Order: sequence, then structure tokens, then C-alpha cells
Amino acid sequence: MTEEPKDEGIVLTEAQKRARRSRSIAIALSLAALVILFYVVTLVKGPIVLVRPL
Amino acid sequence: MSLVSEGADFRGSVAAGAGLDRAEPSLAGVGDYVALMKPRVMSLVVFTALVGLAVAPGTMHPLIAFTALLCIAVGAGAAGALNMWYDADIDAVMTRTARRPVPMGRVRPGEALAFGLTLAGFAVVTLGLLVNVLAAGLLAFTIFFYVAIYTIWLKRWTPQNIVIGGAAGAFPPVIGWAAATGSLSAEPVLLFMIIFFWTPPHFWALALTRTEDYARAGIPMLPVVAGDASTRRQILAHTLILVPLGLAPYALGYAGALYGLIAAVTGAIMLALAWQVLRERRPAEHASKHLFAFSILYLFLLFAVLLIERGWGGLIARLAA
Repeated sequence: MTEEPKDEGIVLTEAQKRARRSRSIAIALSLAALVILFYVVTLVKGPIVLVRPL
Repeated sequence: MSLVSEGADFRGSVAAGAGLDRAEPSLAGVGDYVALMKPRVMSLVVFTALVGLAVAPGTMHPLIAFTALLCIAVGAGAAGALNMWYDADIDAVMTRTARRPVPMGRVRPGEALAFGLTLAGFAVVTLGLLVNVLAAGLLAFTIFFYVAIYTIWLKRWTPQNIVIGGAAGAFPPVIGWAAATGSLSAEPVLLFMIIFFWTPPHFWALALTRTEDYARAGIPMLPVVAGDASTRRQILAHTLILVPLGLAPYALGYAGALYGLIAAVTGAIMLALAWQVLRERRPAEHASKHLFAFSILYLFLLFAVLLIERGWGGLIARLAA
């Protein structure tokens, strides 16, 4: 009985891993900046942050 | 078979040949995604939005002003990414755009689409939550107009593509004004009109020097469809509307004497260059290139002087408030 070859799926090259890592860092930094922006604007505006007139 | 339909056939074969739908893991770096956002266009959008925001009456916290400009910039980047997603096939054919990330195969079309939609969503929602709903609605409409009306519909369908599509580029000062005031008035509409009528002479002057490129890509730009002479007449006609519009802020009392002087001098130069373009015949392209280059300076000067005269004091007061 022969063993089925193990499917390793898509194996990333080093270049692809580096590109993925740089994209992941950029997304993390962008989301962190967005959280900080919302936090600081909430502090600046106070309760009227919930008032959004046209 | 017309030049346009030949271009459309060629476009399809290039898109298939470029391997745009391959399923390998992406090699796209951060720089490729920045390029998708068309940073040079984005800088012009931010500048005109800043002028709209600065000349608006009232006070605004500097952080809210920064947030508004950031959202407008990201919204413009989203529109650029969605444009590159849809136009990958014609970008691959044109010399000017062939090195963009999607036709080069560095970013897959699906990635560009997801990136653009994500940015658009974040920009509009953030502007609505942190600034005001009117500005967010205008930003959403601008992105929709640029992508759906201009890129998907008009660009490949009519030689009036950049006339109507130019509205998308004219919205940023209106969004800036709306972000500052939460309302609209005649002044931002005038800024809109200036950019709207500036766009056709600017792009047709470029198109005159790239006629074969546009024809090969299957884009019915005016020089491809209506011919060289007709385009030159249209450039002059639109410049004749643009120059009085450029003077209107001074005439209506929205701007001071310096603006009036700059608008008159640069408007006269625009008219002289448009007249030279009318008298020029192919293969000569000097006048078209001069008009294209000067038109950028013309718009920049009008808005910069407006910012200095009207906006700078108001902006400083607003930041100090």
C-alpha cells in the first residue's frame, strides 16, 4: 500500500513572504492610526461627537 | 473597422496576454498600493479641497479639518484604485499608463478592486462620523461619479467623456466647503465651475499629443473621434468660458485685487495659448504641450492666490479658535 503524497498547498517564496509581511504591517499601522484618530476626535468633540447634522 | 473598435479588440487580447487573472500569491508591496491611489492626482485633490475648506466661513477645529482632508485624500485614492482596476486593459496598451501596477501584473485586478472598495468605505464612513454627513455624501457621490459614470460608462463611450467626467475632479473644493460649514453656497459652486471648465482644455491638449495612443487603446477621445481641427476649436471654446469664470471670484467680490490681477494675466496667457493651439496643425505639438503644462500652473495659481487672500487668514483664525 503506497502512501498518498502530502499536499502542502501553496508554498510562498521568500519574496512573497516579504511582500505579505510589508502589507500586513501597513494594514496594522493604518488600523491603529484609525483607532487613534477616532479616539482623539471623540476627546476633542466631546458629547457632540454623536451629533451629526446635515 | 474604426480606430476605436480596433483598439477595443486589441485591448481584450492584451488583457488576456498580460496574465491579469493569474492566481499566484501576490508580490505586491506597499509602494504598489500607494501607486494605485494615484498620489499626484491625490495631491491636487487635497490642495483644491484645502482651498474650499479654508475659504469657507466659520471656525473648525484643526483636527477635524485634518480629518476631513485625510478622508478626501483617501477617497480620491480609492477612486484612483478603482479606476486602475477597471482600466487595466487599456492601461496596458497606452505608453503613459503601461507601467501601472495592474497592467504590470504586480497587483491583480481583484486586489485593486478590494483595495479601492475598502478605502472608499472607510473614507466615506469616517468623514460622515467625524466631520459631517453632507461632506461624506458628496465624497461618496464623487467616488461613484468618477468610477461608475466616468470610468465605466463615459470614458469608453463618448468623446464628451472628460467634459462630463470632469465633474468628479471639480468636487473636492465643494466637499472641503461642506466639511467646514455643513452646507453649500454659491462660492464653492463657482470653484466647482472653474475646475469643471478647466478640465476639457487641459486634457484635450494632452490628448492632441497622444491621439494614436488613445486610438490604440480604443478610447473615443475627441481628437480620435472628431479629429484634430475640431478638438482645437473645442479647446478654444472651453477656454473662452473658463477665463471669465476664473475672473468671477474677483468680479463677485469673493476675492481681492491680487486674485483679479493673477486671474486676468494668467487667463490672457491661457487664451493666447489656446489660440496658438487652434492655429497649430499636426504633426506640430508645441502649442498643445505648452497649453497642457500652463493649464496646471493656471489652476494652481488661481487656487493658491485664493488660499493666500481669503483662506490663509481664515485658516489661521480657524486653527487658533
